[in-house]
Amino acid sequence: MTIKSTISTCIIICTILTGNLHADDQSVLVQSTTSTANSGLYDYLLPHFESATGIKVHVVAVGTGQAIRNASNCDADVLLVHAKVAEQKFVEDGYGVNRLDLMYNDFVLIGPSDDPAGIKSITDATDALKKIADSNSIFASRGDNSGTHRKELSLWQHSDTEPGLHSGKWYRETGSGMGATLNIAIGMNAYTITDRATWINFKNRAEHRILVEGDKRLFNQYGIILVNSNRCPLSNTQTGQRFINWMTGDEGQSLIASYKLSDQQLFYPNAKPEISE
Amino acid sequence: MSTFSQVFSEVGVLLSGPDPDLLEIVWLSLRVSLTATLAACAIGLPLGALLGIKNFPGKTIVTVLINTLMGMPPVVLGLIVYLMLSRSGPMGFLQLLYTPTAMIIAQFALVLPIVTALTRQQIEDNWSEYSDTMNSLCVPLTQCVRTLLWDSRISLLTTGLAGFSRAISEVGAVIIVGGNIDHLTRVMTTAIALETSKGDLPLALALGVVLLTIALAVNTLVFSSRTRIA
Amino acid sequence: MLPLVTKQLGLSVDNKQLLHNIWLELTDNHVTVIMGHNGAGKSILLRCMHGLIEPTEGTIHWAGCKASSIETRKKQAMVFQKPLMLNRSTSANIEYVLKLRDKSESLTQKYLQSAGLEHKADQPARSLSGGEQQRLAIARALACEPGVLFLDEPTANLDPGATLKVESQVISASQQTIKIVLVTHDIAQARRLADDVVFMSDGTVTEHSSAKTFFSQPASAEATSFMSAYIR
Repeated sequence: MTIKSTISTCIIICTILTGNLHADDQSVLVQSTTSTANSGLYDYLLPHFESATGIKVHVVAVGTGQAIRNASNCDADVLLVHAKVAEQKFVEDGYGVNRLDLMYNDFVLIGPSDDPAGIKSITDATDALKKIADSNSIFASRGDNSGTHRKELSLWQHSDTEPGLHSGKWYRETGSGMGATLNIAIGMNAYTITDRATWINFKNRAEHRILVEGDKRLFNQYGIILVNSNRCPLSNTQTGQRFINWMTGDEGQSLIASYKLSDQQLFYPNAKPEISE
Repeated sequence: MSTFSQVFSEVGVLLSGPDPDLLEIVWLSLRVSLTATLAACAIGLPLGALLGIKNFPGKTIVTVLINTLMGMPPVVLGLIVYLMLSRSGPMGFLQLLYTPTAMIIAQFALVLPIVTALTRQQIEDNWSEYSDTMNSLCVPLTQCVRTLLWDSRISLLTTGLAGFSRAISEVGAVIIVGGNIDHLTRVMTTAIALETSKGDLPLALALGVVLLTIALAVNTLVFSSRTRIA
Repeated sequence: MLPLVTKQLGLSVDNKQLLHNIWLELTDNHVTVIMGHNGAGKSILLRCMHGLIEPTEGTIHWAGCKASSIETRKKQAMVFQKPLMLNRSTSANIEYVLKLRDKSESLTQKYLQSAGLEHKADQPARSLSGGEQQRLAIARALACEPGVLFLDEPTANLDPGATLKVESQVISASQQTIKIVLVTHDIAQARRLADDVVFMSDGTVTEHSSAKTFFSQPASAEATSFMSAYIR
């Protein structure tokens, strides 16, 4: 084996390896919250959309905070998250056009089955949080500016508690995604808040249970937004709009309603019938 | 803990039938990491050899800098590449973000300092033996580089493997610039991160075993080639 | 390319005077042997002559050309005490130099034969014995087709049999009108090979005379004591 043959072998290998590495044009890039991706919803929905339109959908699943930031950098055609206030600001700031309701489910408070704070069967979520705080029971917070984190903070506000003062003591901010935070909560025997879809889909539940659910303040609304092509000239507005139309239209909505895991419906479609173009 | 027995049964399932999704992920991992490593070697080997042979003012600073870059956190590098390739970034027009090419670029930048630094040390050590003879024969610099690289080929194989190991095992950079998109940019490490976040720890560990098996295969292949090029 | 002329040659490194005030003239195509104690500056002088080290004082010229010029240096070759074997086969070590000097690779066989290594052509050079490695190093140097061949204690680490084989290679090279400049400690070897002897002490040349004169009646006191130390 000589130097020349070594180099030419390397070049041949490189050519094989690098072939066909680019994304196709007929595609939509969706920045999405992890809960929708981890629940398997996209695996269920997208093949229907792709076979109907021939458009590939590429989903980047990150926390809502990071998804909005990425979309603000134009690294998305469509944004699908669950933090209504931040979403409206995204549109007002000119990054997105026309936020639409897509679907909803709810958040639940989970904790160890022996329930040291005694919150089981409490129906008011803010009362439950207050009891956790008063008993100094460990609570794992996302701490990452995600949709779930924002919801959690607003609940603390209603319960007149400032958990940030106890950060590092009973209030533990993981700064991680939902899955990582659930793993940590289970490891620390801590309480935490999660959306129902992620919890149903989560495998490492150990002895943790849903302890509080059904409070209307635990409502979890998902919205869908088209990225503004005036601000982001490279975005695929046409395919993005088609995706949004399909998701908010009859076919997408009925498919969302029919997606079940362990015989439980995870998402409830609620797009308004009057859809723009 | 029953997790470990579950891991073994998961590994069995993963390796028994050729699951097309798993094969796709494995193939992309290999493609991205091998391409990044080969590209880094194409530049890092001659660059490292040059640094090992040639004396110039500021050589110590350059050497220390490159050695430091070996410790670059993948997440930080991923962020830098993300900001470059983002549609709103300076190279956004290339539309490379969330493609395998972006992942190759990030891993290339991770591996390059490792290959360069290790090559420099190796060649510098050898050069002390070679310098008299090479100077006596009036061998030009570029040919000195080629000669030293070829004569050090066995130990440089390990250098290449060190670079490959860094590439195939990192998750921080590829998850940011690749986005872990199913059927497009999902590789072994990002799949492991995903399954961990879903709480499916046995599957995550089983994927880890598969990843190590692939690394074992690559190492075995390279090691067996030693005798052929010796 | 002869004569080699050094005028008032001196070298100091970090304020240490390694060579000083060397006046030397090598004129004929014979074997010149450089002798002296350890640290006398023999190897350094050899490197200066070969143009590997630029002297800090005085001049060295080969037939009027500066020793450090590439054209002059390409007409010379040097073999070191510990020969460097390129990490490849015996024949590839020769081919490397032939290619470097734009010469036909078909000459490989000839140089292998001159070293008595044709039966080991495909072996890794680093697996050869010490004597074989030194012979290969000389054959490789000769493949440069040099006008001058410098040898820096080429047999210092070899047994008597291997030493004789290397010497016969050197003799046959000198018979092809290649000027040989050899550094050695071995007085017996100097007697066998030398036509003229340069004796060094403390960084300068104390004596340069024909072998006959040197071995019968050394002129300098340093050379006399050196010879007697070895004879005793």
